[in-house]
Amino acid sequence: MANSDSNNNTAVNVSEMIAQNKKKKNLSNFTEKSVPVILFLLASITVLTTIGILYTLITEAIHFFMEVPIWDFFTGTELRPLSQNPEFGLLPLLNGTIISSVIAMLVAGPIGLMSAIYLSEYASDRVRRVLKPLLEVLAGIPTIVYGFFAFTFVTPIIRAIWPQVEATNILSPGLVMGVMIIPMIASLSEDAMTSVPNAMREGSLAMGATKLETTFKVVIPAAFSGIIASFVLGISRAIGETMIVTIASGSSKNFTFDITESMQTMTAYIVEVSGGEAAAGTTIYYSLYAVALTLFVFTLIMNLLARYVSRKFREEY
Amino acid sequence: MSLSSENKMNVKLNNKDMAVNNINSEHRVVYDTKDLNLWYSDTHALKDINLEINEKEVTAIIGPSGCGKSTYIKTLNRMVELVPGVRTTGTITYKNKNILDKSFKVEDLRTQVGMVFQKANPFPKSIYENIAYGPKIHGIRNKKVLDEIVEKSLRGAYIWDELKDRLNENAYGLSGGQQQRLCIARCLAIQPDVILMDEPTSALDPKSTLKIEELVQELKKEFSIIIVTHNMQQAARISDKTAFFLNGEVVEFDDTNTIFTNPNDSRTEDYISGRFG
Amino acid sequence: MDKLESIKSSSKMNARIRKNSIWKSIFFLSTLVGLVVLAILIVRVLGQGLAWLDWDFLTGRLSTSAERAGIMGAILGTVWVMIVVIPVTLIVGVGTAIYLELYAKKGKFQSFIATNISNLAGVPSIVYGLLGLTVFSRLMGLGNAVLAGGLTLALLVLPILIVSAQEALRAVPGYLSEASLAMGATKWQTIRRVVLPAAIPSILTGSILALSRAIGETAPLTVLGIPALLIPFPNGLFDTFTALPMQIYYWTLDSSLVAEYANLAAATIIVLLLLLFILNSVAIFIRNKFQQRY
Repeated sequence: MANSDSNNNTAVNVSEMIAQNKKKKNLSNFTEKSVPVILFLLASITVLTTIGILYTLITEAIHFFMEVPIWDFFTGTELRPLSQNPEFGLLPLLNGTIISSVIAMLVAGPIGLMSAIYLSEYASDRVRRVLKPLLEVLAGIPTIVYGFFAFTFVTPIIRAIWPQVEATNILSPGLVMGVMIIPMIASLSEDAMTSVPNAMREGSLAMGATKLETTFKVVIPAAFSGIIASFVLGISRAIGETMIVTIASGSSKNFTFDITESMQTMTAYIVEVSGGEAAAGTTIYYSLYAVALTLFVFTLIMNLLARYVSRKFREEY
Repeated sequence: MSLSSENKMNVKLNNKDMAVNNINSEHRVVYDTKDLNLWYSDTHALKDINLEINEKEVTAIIGPSGCGKSTYIKTLNRMVELVPGVRTTGTITYKNKNILDKSFKVEDLRTQVGMVFQKANPFPKSIYENIAYGPKIHGIRNKKVLDEIVEKSLRGAYIWDELKDRLNENAYGLSGGQQQRLCIARCLAIQPDVILMDEPTSALDPKSTLKIEELVQELKKEFSIIIVTHNMQQAARISDKTAFFLNGEVVEFDDTNTIFTNPNDSRTEDYISGRFG
Repeated sequence: MDKLESIKSSSKMNARIRKNSIWKSIFFLSTLVGLVVLAILIVRVLGQGLAWLDWDFLTGRLSTSAERAGIMGAILGTVWVMIVVIPVTLIVGVGTAIYLELYAKKGKFQSFIATNISNLAGVPSIVYGLLGLTVFSRLMGLGNAVLAGGLTLALLVLPILIVSAQEALRAVPGYLSEASLAMGATKWQTIRRVVLPAAIPSILTGSILALSRAIGETAPLTVLGIPALLIPFPNGLFDTFTALPMQIYYWTLDSSLVAEYANLAAATIIVLLLLLFILNSVAIFIRNKFQQRY
């Protein structure tokens, strides 16, 4: 150890300087106490947002239900907000929302799940590293772009094959919405499947089962609740999706099950009504909030359900 | 360093009697622990600890894993409080004050008591910024003073010659042993009175370990050093006093020499001779 | 024993192996479906819009004549919205994340806020539009100004930013803050000088992703009644504005009246996607460049 001057006390006496600085440290004491308070206030903004959403939706919806009986709203099949004798039945909107979501899930469910199986069970690391970011790109495309695509590209193609389909219809936005939701289901299901311990796969493969058999008999049952959660979140996403259906499905308020026709979803109704005509204080204006509250409750239930299911899943290992 | 040369050194020290103002002892007590008990939620991790640790000596704490030795050293600068649900009873007196008292400011304590961790943990900053970090947070901003502190601290950790031309490089470019000595230098920068070392060499190769051990011998001229180690040879090589912990209790605390040659308790003997642990 | 023999018999085994490889192809093709649609979409948009995308289109004012129409107003509007969204989400989002990760006691309240945030992330964007309409436009009297749109979009993407900032803070190893605390640094000093600097690259990546989400959102703006009319370029937070997605929306809707509007919409989509592409490239660059080696 050839270091001679380490013990020489140089001019600086650090501990004394520090002790001196500590004496005049009232300001930093104040900072130390106020920072958590400020951060707490910032964190409470998210709570305020929830309260704000609930408060606006509920108070305005109450105005609506004072004019339109709640039973009539939820069971009415007629929606004519602008007519002389306005009718405010939710069922046409509910119907449009459910049908578009069902179409979307018929696309996104199987394709998303099969993509997840491929990515989690079959794809090599190299292939996965290419495919996953590309799927993320699909998820990052703004919904307005999908709306444009559905309206100007998919609908004309469908009509060329099936002339009966109207220029605005629920089928085309439903299909495109399905494509939009594929990445979500694929990545959430894949997460659930990759978190199945390898030992379980090996146990099956070691007995001579093929990958396919292992996937369906071992991996999917083990990841089942995670997969279900991804489907539920996909449905929630489809219910809340707005621009694709607004653009491509038009604003007809028919209570019908014919997917070649135009239908309006709850979200598209909100866009149509808020986008102009409705002056504040009118029944039609308040109907916005009643529809939005219904939409909010639907998606909330879906999200809570998804979390409940996936939490159960986590307890399994 | 061989065990025998160390023994000679230790023989010179007065032993057995740990009273504060022992006439033959040049060392005063720096940490006086009385009836310390500590719980992690429901786990009773430290039981009735009574220890007097002397100034400017190296005190080693040994024992099998889970015996509470790490917990104890972290109680000495109250880092143990980072674990949620920790409760303590008893007192630890440091400079006439009970540091376990809630009114005692931990920041003040930790400014005077430095710590070196099991895994070298430099900040992802330059070597210079790593050393200057402590002085800066304590309000020293003068560039010339900081330069001086950086040099002095690096010299104090015997790493100045290796690093003086690399002060602006990221500390993560250093080897494990250099990183650990950098962490010691970082500790020295705020001129503490005590340096706590929690298994500082457990992640290092033998050569780096030896360098740290030599450094500890130098540092004890100026600082009181408390070192937790799982390596009994290390405790024998570098420490003046050794405490043997087992199941959260102090089984024996004595001169290192005595502990390793003539322990009082059969459990100490068992541990030292490698019968468990 | 006969049964076992039959399972092992090679013809059955071969059938099972064949079935496996057939399904493997099906799974692979399914994965491609989304990507093929993505490719078609991009090719289609480029084919339709590229010819219309020139300097005059980028810098021009809005016009009913397709040949003379430009999107400068929408570009400026989107930029102004970003100017509101970035500071608001960063301050509130990072502040919330720090509070939740480093200050809040693990318990009922903390898990309540966490649950609340994940629920907010699932609220449809159109509902945020109604919140913005009621609170920012009507109650605070901001109408359809930049500030109303920006704040609405900021609230919308806040959960995304909070969650990613929380992950970034959690990824900073505990031994770094221990080193700082052990030197007598206070909690806030440790956060400001050690934890935050180490987490900043990931936080920036997350905030850019949140920003791209905000830029592409249309639904809340339609609720706020953001126009695509012949309005002056926005010059401040209280000016009426339009934004790129709104421009796409109106031109798409009106394309059934004037066919060229579809091309204008496509050209605007190219601009929007390019902007998102640049933002995401920056995010990936930051992530790769500043990834800490702990």
